Amino acid sequence: MNFDLSDDQVALQEGVRKLCDGRFPIDRVRDGFDRSMWDELAAFGVFDPELAHADRAVVFEELGRAVVPGPLVWGCLGAALGVDGIVGGIEPREPLLVEHLESIDTLLVLTADGISQVDPSTLDGDLLEWPLDALTPLHRVTSIPAGTPVAGADALVPARRAGAVYTSAYLVGMATASTDLAVAYARERQQFDRPIGSFQAIKHILADMVTRLEVARAAAYAGAAILDDPGAGDPARAVSAAKVVAGETALKNCRASIQVHGGMGFTWEVDAHLYLKRAWVLDTVFGSVAEHADALTE
Amino acid sequence: MDFRFTAEEEAFRQEVHDFIETDCPKELRGGDVSFFEQAGNLFAWRKKVAEKGWVAPAWPKEYGGAGMSIMQQFVYSMETARMRAPAPIFIGALAVAVIGPTIIIYGTEEQKQKHIPKILAGEEMWCQGFSEPGSGSDLASLQTRAVKDGDDYVINGQKIWSSFAQLADVGELLVRTDPDAPRHRGISWLIMEMDAPGIEIRPIKTVLGGSEFCEVFFDDVRIPVSNRVGDENDGWRVTNVTLSFERGTAFVGELMDARRQAARLLTMTTDPADRRELGRILAHFDALWALTKRNVTKAQNSGDPGTGAVVLKLAYSDVRDALDDLAMHVLDRAALSIGDVFEIGYFVRERLRTLALPIAAGSSQIQRNIIGERLLGLPKEPRGEPVAP
Repeated sequence: MNFDLSDDQVALQEGVRKLCDGRFPIDRVRDGFDRSMWDELAAFGVFDPELAHADRAVVFEELGRAVVPGPLVWGCLGAALGVDGIVGGIEPREPLLVEHLESIDTLLVLTADGISQVDPSTLDGDLLEWPLDALTPLHRVTSIPAGTPVAGADALVPARRAGAVYTSAYLVGMATASTDLAVAYARERQQFDRPIGSFQAIKHILADMVTRLEVARAAAYAGAAILDDPGAGDPARAVSAAKVVAGETALKNCRASIQVHGGMGFTWEVDAHLYLKRAWVLDTVFGSVAEHADALTE
Repeated sequence: MDFRFTAEEEAFRQEVHDFIETDCPKELRGGDVSFFEQAGNLFAWRKKVAEKGWVAPAWPKEYGGAGMSIMQQFVYSMETARMRAPAPIFIGALAVAVIGPTIIIYGTEEQKQKHIPKILAGEEMWCQGFSEPGSGSDLASLQTRAVKDGDDYVINGQKIWSSFAQLADVGELLVRTDPDAPRHRGISWLIMEMDAPGIEIRPIKTVLGGSEFCEVFFDDVRIPVSNRVGDENDGWRVTNVTLSFERGTAFVGELMDARRQAARLLTMTTDPADRRELGRILAHFDALWALTKRNVTKAQNSGDPGTGAVVLKLAYSDVRDALDDLAMHVLDRAALSIGDVFEIGYFVRERLRTLALPIAAGSSQIQRNIIGERLLGLPKEPRGEPVAP
């Protein structure tokens, strides 16, 4: 048993972190997703279908820390199915909201029958003027056409599990960044003549954040490791545990970061809301916290 | 990121498995074992464990320990819990986990020879005299005084929360030897013989109705200076060194049992909201299990289990509380008997027992301070003038 990052994974982690620090600073991220971002991530190898699930978890954790926008998880699922270009995706349910419609070359559609691909230009719908997450543009479409089959029903479970695990890792990354932001603010912000982080009322919020984080990171890595080696555990259970704990942690930590920031946390200017809004978006894909909790009782 | 045991680890797991299968009395397998009803079997089993050389898994071999690596300790704890046998250190856990390592590191040759063999043989039962009525979370404020008189210290004061002091032969005692020094620098660590004149022990009845804990009173009790472990006034450091012996395997048995309880509760409710909450709790137990494996791996590879080990107690306490509250709700009025009238008494006893989990060994509030200050580097809570109630 050796349940920690390998030397290669540490190098990969540092590589992605460097890429994000250099190429995806928050100012660029705030401008939203575009083709040049995709190309840079593709050139780095983010969508490389040869990448192991555990390696990809390491990559997505870093992407989440930098809150890099775009249909990145779908890009990996597309690459695994041999679908090129900028790939988005949807598991259709009402209301029919398609993410990043104007940026994508192909829309993957997951239904009970399997996975199909749809030309996004054939979709009829309106761009929402005020999406919850400004960096995840949404089109409300009237219907999703049948499209061209890419894979049968047997491809659904692997795709959903991989999607849930990469999303979990991304959520852990966001929860980490939210915690770091809140800790930094609590050390710097002075009230009553001292840093607010010295008060237990604030300190304990931050301690709970880092505690949740450690647990969630272990769960996300475990989900990825067991997808790579299904005999080492129960993949369905490991994936659901990852999405439950990572999802809850991201929602709670991103929420708490706003609280620690006080009034400034309520502003558009401070980044805290970007994380919480994305966490809400990501709880609606590849199974919510509640859905995966239910799955664990079956 | 490899979850699988190596061939060597798997062989060791099999050895533990076979040992328990062959030598552990069936009456002890299945958890919820009453110490008093099963004392005979427990001592017989302990003897077998001692013959195997596994009483003190973490101790070095030269002191009679098993000299197990962290990974082996994990495998040992895991397999024992999986087979629902008593935990590796089930009798005299304090002596094996805390006292022994302290004496090994700081004790004199004479102290080692006197106590180490008896601890291994289970012939010496130890208790702890740390907390005081006025010094709980703020342990370093302890007031029990030790004044040197010839070759003895003369002790006056009071200790509390000493587990099984009424049964113990010996105890570890923290006393103030220098009242003028800064709080952490005037404390010494002594070995007290529990039959010394002037010691009075009063059991405390707990919420479970039993009396595991005691108060211990000291009235001019004489303890030889030769019973001091470590330097005079260096007791705080002596106390802290023992923590490094735990390194992340402490909750292995707890976690496995908790998950079993959660799975059992799942069979007892069809309510969708309760089941969803149980699903959430099960996810957290699996996550904590993964974190334990990560901590063990880190400790094995580098000697330091890292951040994960610091947060584990707090995280486990929180999710365990959620499980035990839910159990009371699901059991409804069947939960109104602590005894096994409805065959679910274990849930109720566990709900009561785990009330102590976020209080004992550093309350969850103190844990949060430690995490905030040592891990996140946040400034300490301001300490100013004493505040009147």
